[in-house]
Amino acid sequence: MNLPVIIKFVIDLLAVLLLALGIKGLSKVKSARDANRLAAFAMSLSVVGLLSYYLGTSGIAIQSWMWIIVGSIIGSLFGAILAKKVPMTSMPETVALFNGCGGMSSLLVALGVAIFPISGGQENFDFFMSLINEVSISVSIFVGAITFTGSIVAMAKLQGWLSTPGWTQSKVRHFVNIVFAVASLIAFFDLINGNTSSIWLLVIVSSLLGIGVTLPIGGADMPVVISLLNSYSGIAAAAAGFVVDSQLLIVAGAMVGAAGLILTQVMCKGMNRSLVSVLFGGSLSAQSTASSGSGEYTNITSCSVEECALTLEAANKVIIVPGYGLAVAQAQHTLREVTKKLEQNGIEVVYAIHPVAGRMPGHMNVLLAEADVPYEQLKEMDVVNPDFPATDVVLVLGANDVVNPQAKNDSSSPLYGMPVLDVQEARTVFVIKRGMSAGYSGIKNDLFDLPNTSMVFGDAKKVLNDLIGELKDLGVGEK
Amino acid sequence: MSFISLLWVLLLGSLLGLELIGKVPPTLHTPLMSGANAISGITMLAALTLIVKAEGNIPLLIIGSVSLGFALFNVVGGFFVTDRMLAMFSRKPSNKK
Repeated sequence: MNLPVIIKFVIDLLAVLLLALGIKGLSKVKSARDANRLAAFAMSLSVVGLLSYYLGTSGIAIQSWMWIIVGSIIGSLFGAILAKKVPMTSMPETVALFNGCGGMSSLLVALGVAIFPISGGQENFDFFMSLINEVSISVSIFVGAITFTGSIVAMAKLQGWLSTPGWTQSKVRHFVNIVFAVASLIAFFDLINGNTSSIWLLVIVSSLLGIGVTLPIGGADMPVVISLLNSYSGIAAAAAGFVVDSQLLIVAGAMVGAAGLILTQVMCKGMNRSLVSVLFGGSLSAQSTASSGSGEYTNITSCSVEECALTLEAANKVIIVPGYGLAVAQAQHTLREVTKKLEQNGIEVVYAIHPVAGRMPGHMNVLLAEADVPYEQLKEMDVVNPDFPATDVVLVLGANDVVNPQAKNDSSSPLYGMPVLDVQEARTVFVIKRGMSAGYSGIKNDLFDLPNTSMVFGDAKKVLNDLIGELKDLGVGEK
Repeated sequence: MSFISLLWVLLLGSLLGLELIGKVPPTLHTPLMSGANAISGITMLAALTLIVKAEGNIPLLIIGSVSLGFALFNVVGGFFVTDRMLAMFSRKPSNKK
């Protein structure tokens, strides 16, 4: 072993260690921010290690430097700008976009190596080694392409650029996807057999497969899909590691792949969905239209903002249930003003956070933190559920399925078994909602029919603004 | 590096990943996903290798450079956006006083 090899070995080892510590630290609130920076540092370190290795051995041509600099500047610049500008509410689609680009990168590397085999790597290319090489190239292309197109479709659907086409909810989609999958397999084996031209077939059909699998999935399940695709991009990176013979890539890719799978599992649990039904079941509303035929509301009470304010003023304990609608209306800051007023009047206020509130698990915490809500006021479902009977007022803001008592009472409901917040136990429930439309699942919410529930119709932000005005008139929060 | 030892690396890396995030508070799911996503951009090293070994092959240099761009978009964007999210959490304690 000569010096450059030893240096690279030490740096790689250090980078792996720091990346592992980074992922570990990201799972604790206290250390998360430092851990993220540690991981970023480890990534830069790995680049330094690789470049110094090549400088010490083969050298790096001026021409190569040029292309390295151009590629890095453009990529980093766009990434940094997007990361700084994007609003916190669009977080899921942003992660999807970043993720897709990671998959694209792995795909391109494999494609490049397949078309122009690089020299200077393993020289003893016997049959076995070339077979492994072909397999890793094919896997890298296959997974990379699915990650890319799947992530882009997920992003487009979350942004509302793409709706769910009708045919994708029929059985036809399974047939179409099976055709794509079989075609990918044929191309895969053809490529391994040494038929290089089938590489394009593989690129095309695996891209189509990524689209075909993601397109039928409804908006509510998208976070799970993004998490799964995140895991895929790790696998793609590990496959690319086999292609260019880099242990560091394999370790880091495998870690992300495995961690992504765990996270996907956690998310599925929170929504009471199995991964299989997310991937192959189509959107939940399409499944449930048949079963929730009794979808007529019979006993809706609606009330004005003024009544709502009066009830709030008289309360001792208030629980806020924020949901997706709050995120869409960007009303988290307005909500914070309302709760500040209530607190100044000595009213106890906490926020009940369902595990899948918002658009991704943990998304609601991010949004409320952005609005300066103290961390201690955010209560998780299991902690807050026993408190509802002793609560005077519950404000449901843009949440729907996560407060549906059907999940507990009606075994025929598609929601049955999903963990929900028991808001109906409270004395009074106000549901702030734009209209009577159903939630993500498309299922009627029995909560709205209950006698202690009142609907306040309107956009979340507008209602909250009115509420601030009413509370002011009542002299709440003015000392 | 022999293929078998690379397989060992793959296996141990996967096991490490499974162990690392056993229990995560739901609060951190989104940042964790985003941070892990940034790390998957490690494929930038493969792109770098491609460019260094291209030996003046222009199409390969272009492919490598585009690939590097995509990877760094993922890495830089991913870490920045994660930092932005986490900054909101860590700001809390100092504000409380």
